[in-house]
Amino acid sequence: MSSGPVRAAWLRIEEIIDPLFPGGTNPMRNLGALACLMFAALLVSGIYLYIHFDTSTDGAWQSIKRLSDEQPWLGGWLRSMHRYAADLFVTFTLLHLLREWVLGHYSRFRAMTWLTGVPLLAFMYVSGIGGFWLNWDVLGQYAATASAELIDALPMLDGTLARNFLDSGAVSDRFFSLLVFIHLGVPLMLLFGLWFHLQRVTRPRILPPCALLLGQLVFLAAMALAWPVTSGAPADLDRVPVALALDWFVLHPLPLATALSAAVFWSLLAVLFGVLLAMPVFYARHTEPVAVVDADNCNGCRRCVDDCPYSAITLEAHPDGKPGKQIAVVAVERCASCGICAGACPSATPFRSVSELVNGIDMPQQSVDSLRRKLVDDLAHAETAPVVVFGCRHGIDVERNRSVDVLGYNLLCIGLLPPSFIEYALRGGAAGVVVCGCADASCEFRLGNQWTRERMLGTREPHLRRTVPPDRHRVVMLGRHEQGPLDAAIDSVRKNTSQGGNP
Amino acid sequence: MNKPLVWMGQAVLYAALAAVILVFTRWPSYQNLPADSALIKLSISHQGKVLGDCVELTPEELAKLPPNMRAPVSCPRERSPLTVEIDVDGVLAYRQVAQPSGLSSDGAAVVYHRIEVPAGAHAIEVRMKDDARSEGFDYTRSETVTLAPAEILVVDFDAAERRIILL
Ligand code: HEM
Ligand code: SF4
Ligand code: SF4
Repeated sequence: MSSGPVRAAWLRIEEIIDPLFPGGTNPMRNLGALACLMFAALLVSGIYLYIHFDTSTDGAWQSIKRLSDEQPWLGGWLRSMHRYAADLFVTFTLLHLLREWVLGHYSRFRAMTWLTGVPLLAFMYVSGIGGFWLNWDVLGQYAATASAELIDALPMLDGTLARNFLDSGAVSDRFFSLLVFIHLGVPLMLLFGLWFHLQRVTRPRILPPCALLLGQLVFLAAMALAWPVTSGAPADLDRVPVALALDWFVLHPLPLATALSAAVFWSLLAVLFGVLLAMPVFYARHTEPVAVVDADNCNGCRRCVDDCPYSAITLEAHPDGKPGKQIAVVAVERCASCGICAGACPSATPFRSVSELVNGIDMPQQSVDSLRRKLVDDLAHAETAPVVVFGCRHGIDVERNRSVDVLGYNLLCIGLLPPSFIEYALRGGAAGVVVCGCADASCEFRLGNQWTRERMLGTREPHLRRTVPPDRHRVVMLGRHEQGPLDAAIDSVRKNTSQGGNP
Repeated sequence: MNKPLVWMGQAVLYAALAAVILVFTRWPSYQNLPADSALIKLSISHQGKVLGDCVELTPEELAKLPPNMRAPVSCPRERSPLTVEIDVDGVLAYRQVAQPSGLSSDGAAVVYHRIEVPAGAHAIEVRMKDDARSEGFDYTRSETVTLAPAEILVVDFDAAERRIILL
């Protein structure tokens, strides 16, 4: 499923939305971060609600109603936000899961992140459904009884949970406190699980970019103001709550279980979780060569460690035995084969006068030496001064652009490009250089285009030397179909060259 | 894309999100029970009688046991399954034989079942058997109940009073 029509369609939709959300703010590319944002909103509003909440069967409904009636500006508002944030949390999380699935992000170096994501789903549903119990209105009554009946159907339990909801006398305050405890404890487990989920992701985008974050918070606040959430009638265990206005975002498992029967529901759920947990095993994609360190060319400078998007590199004592000297070591199972480390290494500069350019850390399938050789060879054979275009094989295909006066190179990731290659190409006779990364927030390896931009701007090591004429090169971040802007960038550096002199 | 277009596009998408949220947080309303129906909730959790009598052990049998286990009387722990039947208006609506819980089958047997009936008057008969060695049912209760729409009638067993109760 990782390649194919579904993946292509998903990427296409993201690209169609891209122009509406400039600067990497496309929500489809920030679903994990949006889920985190909603979770944070749930925690903050939840704390306020809990302070004013009466954890008894008789007091719960009253205390929430008081919140809405007596302080609609804060308590009622936060209460409504709490509900809508839950709806959005579920929505964003399910979309996040779907996206990672469709894009094939579940195997190899992502297996741990995928596997630790799966339990979060269970925590999410338990937290969400459990929230409805606490309100103890007719909806809460339905949610509580239906959940209890569902849990009772599990074979290993004794099946008496639903007996707690037989009549009004049956629900003791102690049992109700247990329900409250679940709604506090499981979200904390979710928070802890989230920490595990992000262990292998270096610098995860936990919050969406500013504009999107503000947009979502304003949206949430406005929804809660315009359409405040209200309670139903108080729970009455002598009567079935009929014709319920259900919150389908959170509560859909309960009617689904009733429609299918509890046994079928649990079986399907077991199969679904089984499939999710088995995906990293069964769909382990072809294994690519991973980054390789060369001891003679690594001085332990740490740059690759800082830039690796999957925490795959650590530093250990250097085998040459010099005291204090370190060497980079790659954890094979974590390496994404992106080559961002190769672009970070100071040994990658093509100006070194060695016949074979051996990098401190390099990709066997696309070494900086092979890149230098190809570039030198191509420039030597060019009839007119060509524009050199460095691109990414996950982005717009710049090799397809090759012509008499354009030389394109698709890299493993644009982050593989050592900035010194730009100066090298210009000195080697290129008319100009275009560095073309993928659209903002769409880097397959998350950080490649960001590091590239910073290296070119000189705010990250290794940086492009300031002596390189700025009008002779362009850095663009483009979607896979933005041929027009790419052509424009190529034309603009060429125009600058024909007007200016030699570097 | 120019600024006004971006703003307008985003506004449309946010409005669409708001619409989706507003609709599916309350619609379609969920019919938990058909209109004009009531619910009989059969819910019994009860320990059946033990299956066998206590027996006095012979000195030979006692000698075979480890010293700390030499109780002179051995009582079997396994309990009878629970058989529950319920008739609604003279027709058998549900029957279940529930096995006792626990590894040595010495725990309570649990019966839980929902029966939807039209609102109105119904003749209900509940029969329960908790002793595998007795003949027929050990407890019976017949009653005519009138149930309002959406009303819940709970059928339970009061272990202290040893009788079937309707709540
Ligand atoms: C509570 C719900 C979840 C939250 C809040 C959450 C949050 C996040 C965040 C913030 C990231 C980092 C994104 C980035 O930096 O680009 C991430 C990555 C990821 N998540 Fe989740 N996640 C959740 C559930 C899940 C689930 C259920 C799955 C799948 C089973 C999943 C699979 C992944 C994968 C595969 C990545 C790695 C993406 C990459 O390496 O490019 N997540 N998640
Ligand atoms: S190729 Fe380099 S930067 Fe990329 S994941 Fe592997 S070690 Fe890290
Ligand atoms: S960037 Fe190069 S020299 Fe620095 S630690 Fe990594 S491999 Fe070694």
